[in-house]
Amino acid sequence: MSTTFDKVAEIIAETCDIPRENIKPESHAINDLEIDSLDFLDIAFAIDKAFNIKLPLEQWTQEVNDGKATTEQYFVLKNLSERIDELIAAKGA
Amino acid sequence: MRLEYFQMIDRFVEVNIGERLTRAVCTVPLQSPVFEGHFPGYPLMPGVLLIECMAQTTGWLVSALTGFTGLPALAGVKEGKLRTAVFPGDQLEFEGRVVHEGSGYAIGESKGWCKGAVVCDATLTYRIVPYPSPHFRTALSEWAERIDFPVKEFIR
Repeated sequence: MSTTFDKVAEIIAETCDIPRENIKPESHAINDLEIDSLDFLDIAFAIDKAFNIKLPLEQWTQEVNDGKATTEQYFVLKNLSERIDELIAAKGA
Repeated sequence: MRLEYFQMIDRFVEVNIGERLTRAVCTVPLQSPVFEGHFPGYPLMPGVLLIECMAQTTGWLVSALTGFTGLPALAGVKEGKLRTAVFPGDQLEFEGRVVHEGSGYAIGESKGWCKGAVVCDATLTYRIVPYPSPHFRTALSEWAERIDFPVKEFIR
């Protein structure tokens, strides 16, 4: 059974044409994989569709800009996958 | 349609929020400074302006869905196809659909017709960005009324 991370990695590989083997749980989408904000919108769209959720990108951006969160919390892929799992759980609750 | 002012839509004929659908019509002007260069002696509606027509038709719908809280800035055009030539005097119809409302972005699909035949289609990505000023939002609202977009129903 594929994990949330596996699905996210597949989406990133396909959307951004990045070799799948280069995408690790510790990878930072922006700093390591060099995904820019526009490409990240494509990824967000694919994640929203795949998991039937709505990534709260505006809220995350605001928290990072306000210094209340770090980009690592949302854009390191293992953390992003955890956030997705939380959103799925919250939806089912 | 005033190409040189990017006023692409003459009027909306349908705004259906439940279906996330808009339809708009416009007539390509017989004369425009745009045609002096595109092309001398052979006036042809530029394909990029057909993309703009689709972007505006769908962008107004994104504005309505987001309560006119920000400007839907065109950020991406995928699978953009310009299928046939469009000339001065042609009457065009456009349809815009929002297929996904994300957080701070939206994805739309749009299509244009001339004489019943599809002339263009594309998938469009919008980033919702803050209005540059309150005045801008007011001006946008006035523009909406001029093209029969029922802005007052949606503005928050």
